[in-house]
Amino acid sequence: MYGRKVKLRFWFIVLILITLILTTFLILKSLEENVIYFQSPTEIKSIAEIDKNKIRVGGMVKKNSIYINSKEVNFIITDFKNEINVIYSGAVPNLFAEGKGVVVEGFLKDRNFFSATKILAKHDENYMPPEVKEALGEK
Amino acid sequence: MIYSLVGYYSLLLGLVIGLSLFYFSYKNFHNTKILDTKILSLTFLQLFFVVISFLCLILSFIFSDFSNETVFNNSHSTKPLFYKISGTWGNHEGSLLLWLFVLTLFIFLFLVKTKNQPVKYKILTLVFQQIIIVGFFLFLIKTSNPFNYIFPIPIEGLGLNPILQDPALAIHPPILYLGYVGSSIIFSSVLAATSLNIISNNWALHIKKWILISWIFLTIGILLGSIWAYYELGWGGFWFWDPVENISLMPWLALTTLLHCILVLEKKSILTSWVIILSIATFTLSMCGTFLVRSGILNSVHTFANDPERGLFILIFLFILIFLSILIFFFFHKDDQKKSYEILFLSKESSILINNWFMMYFLSVVLIGTVYPIFLDVISSQKISVGPPFYHKLIIPFLIPFLLMMAIGPKFKWIKSQLDDKIYLISFLIISILLSFLILKNFNQSILINTILISSALYLFFITLRDFFMKKYKNISQNIAHFGFSLLILSILFNNLFSSEIITNLKVGETFENSKTKIVFESIDQKKEQNYNAIIANFFISNSKGEKERLSPELRIYNQPVIATSEADIKTTLMSDKFIVINLVQNQDFFNVRYQVKPFMLWIWLSVILISFGGIISFLQKRS
Repeated sequence: MYGRKVKLRFWFIVLILITLILTTFLILKSLEENVIYFQSPTEIKSIAEIDKNKIRVGGMVKKNSIYINSKEVNFIITDFKNEINVIYSGAVPNLFAEGKGVVVEGFLKDRNFFSATKILAKHDENYMPPEVKEALGEK
Repeated sequence: MIYSLVGYYSLLLGLVIGLSLFYFSYKNFHNTKILDTKILSLTFLQLFFVVISFLCLILSFIFSDFSNETVFNNSHSTKPLFYKISGTWGNHEGSLLLWLFVLTLFIFLFLVKTKNQPVKYKILTLVFQQIIIVGFFLFLIKTSNPFNYIFPIPIEGLGLNPILQDPALAIHPPILYLGYVGSSIIFSSVLAATSLNIISNNWALHIKKWILISWIFLTIGILLGSIWAYYELGWGGFWFWDPVENISLMPWLALTTLLHCILVLEKKSILTSWVIILSIATFTLSMCGTFLVRSGILNSVHTFANDPERGLFILIFLFILIFLSILIFFFFHKDDQKKSYEILFLSKESSILINNWFMMYFLSVVLIGTVYPIFLDVISSQKISVGPPFYHKLIIPFLIPFLLMMAIGPKFKWIKSQLDDKIYLISFLIISILLSFLILKNFNQSILINTILISSALYLFFITLRDFFMKKYKNISQNIAHFGFSLLILSILFNNLFSSEIITNLKVGETFENSKTKIVFESIDQKKEQNYNAIIANFFISNSKGEKERLSPELRIYNQPVIATSEADIKTTLMSDKFIVINLVQNQDFFNVRYQVKPFMLWIWLSVILISFGGIISFLQKRS
């Protein structure tokens, strides 16, 4: 009934639509699974149940809280309202120091203990991660 | 003082010339058949003024003229000369001046080098490019003047971020910009060609060279950034799916797609709309990247002083450009309906279309992964981040058919074709599968997806290698680039699979030992340099195979500004890199030590060089 060209064009458009839908579906699906949420120590205190997923926690490294031995680094992250203990074994970035802002990535053990898999590197000393700035309020 | 003055007025003159060029272009467009020499000389003059202005900034940096705000903020008198010069573009104002330089340089070269194209087309390209140039002049002068005075004149500057004081990073911005900003000329010329409706094979042939230039520089620029991140940031990786890396990858993906697509246009005069969209997309993605980085939405080493006004300006400018190009696309572009074309499944054009399909998929994955967190933050102020697993999961499975298509696709002929040497294709496939199975079996790493992935990469590797020797250099640029890509994927895969890492905290004199490796922390030395003091740690590393190595990573404390950085010590050999980096945790005796063995690191860099080398050959080739 229709010409060859029209038919071809029709199938072409159908193909594009199908791939578009598939792509969107795939991307959204894996976004859902791979997104990492950021939380402050105060937010962690108020969560109802401990999530198994990877999260990020940010705040200040509390003064005199870093303790290091041959296997791991322990420290406390505070947002001046609440704090959380962090256990970490891995490479420490240059700008990790007491009294400085920090963001760690890892898993929550309970409301007071966080097991970090990564401390995020910062590029300069004055830089404060926007999440941390917000978590610390207008300090 | 005098440099700032000269530099500033040069900028103003460049802007005036830009505006006057609109007038001359308008006059020339209606009156004559040849390109007005006035236009050419004015374009040259504009380039000249930008160069003067740029040189003035460089001189201000060299002589540490701290009356200049940009110099004060980013330089220091004790900095080595080399980094004084490279500091010129290591900041927001200076790097925008570099933008402007590339913009004016490309339009000048374009006018000089373009022959056998209608005069009207040249003039229109100039007009569109001048719109971008004038926009950037205004942006520079209004929001980020590199020649602002400070009074009273400070005695000393604030210094350059130490991690930017590095040879690779000194040349990374200029090279990257030649590609990133160079895509502007493709944008301008495609708009001009669309308005005049002259998009044809002839035009495709002419614009291909410009696409190649941008592509080559962009590839090398990304490579340099990646090498820098590898040894300077101390993570021992080369790609982190960081938003800032992604925004350089997106124009690259669009440009690579365009490069393939333009071949179809060149040979068959089809897919015109698609070429236009891709050209516009490439430059728009570059501009988006600039916006995201400079507005401070994405935080990275590329984000300099944040200023909302700057972000707003680029955003408005970006929307104007997008609006303009959409307008031109819909009003002027007429798809030639009369020309009937059919795309048969077994043909070169269909395999290029399949390539485009995959590239667009990769592009949308990267785009969504980069933009979605920003989007979510704006609408729900929820902070999230999208990590490497997201990209790996979505990209890696699709690499398999992509690699196979890369091997087979170039074998097709235009319009209609059959596969000739089927026996070879199939036997190579079997060999690749067997080989990858054997390799992985040998290393106890038999995960199905890895086996398939390595097989398909090996397949591309063998096919391109065979073609290189059998085809008598018929399409050598494509051959080399595809070969380079197979090498890249193979190196990345082996690098990922066979890397090993030890992280431990050691005091001086202590020893770490596991079943395979022994790390002895022997001693520390101190060193004083002009711009930093360093602690050098000496390690003696031996493994169960009997290999012994001495590595000495450094911990540097820069004096201006006072920042500590870790300098990794890397022992590069043909087959693997040994990488060690240390860090001292505040007030503690322990050094945090990270030791990695990374196979095939060198090959990752070499294969990217090979890919861009394919582009260079294609650029140098005369029309066949």
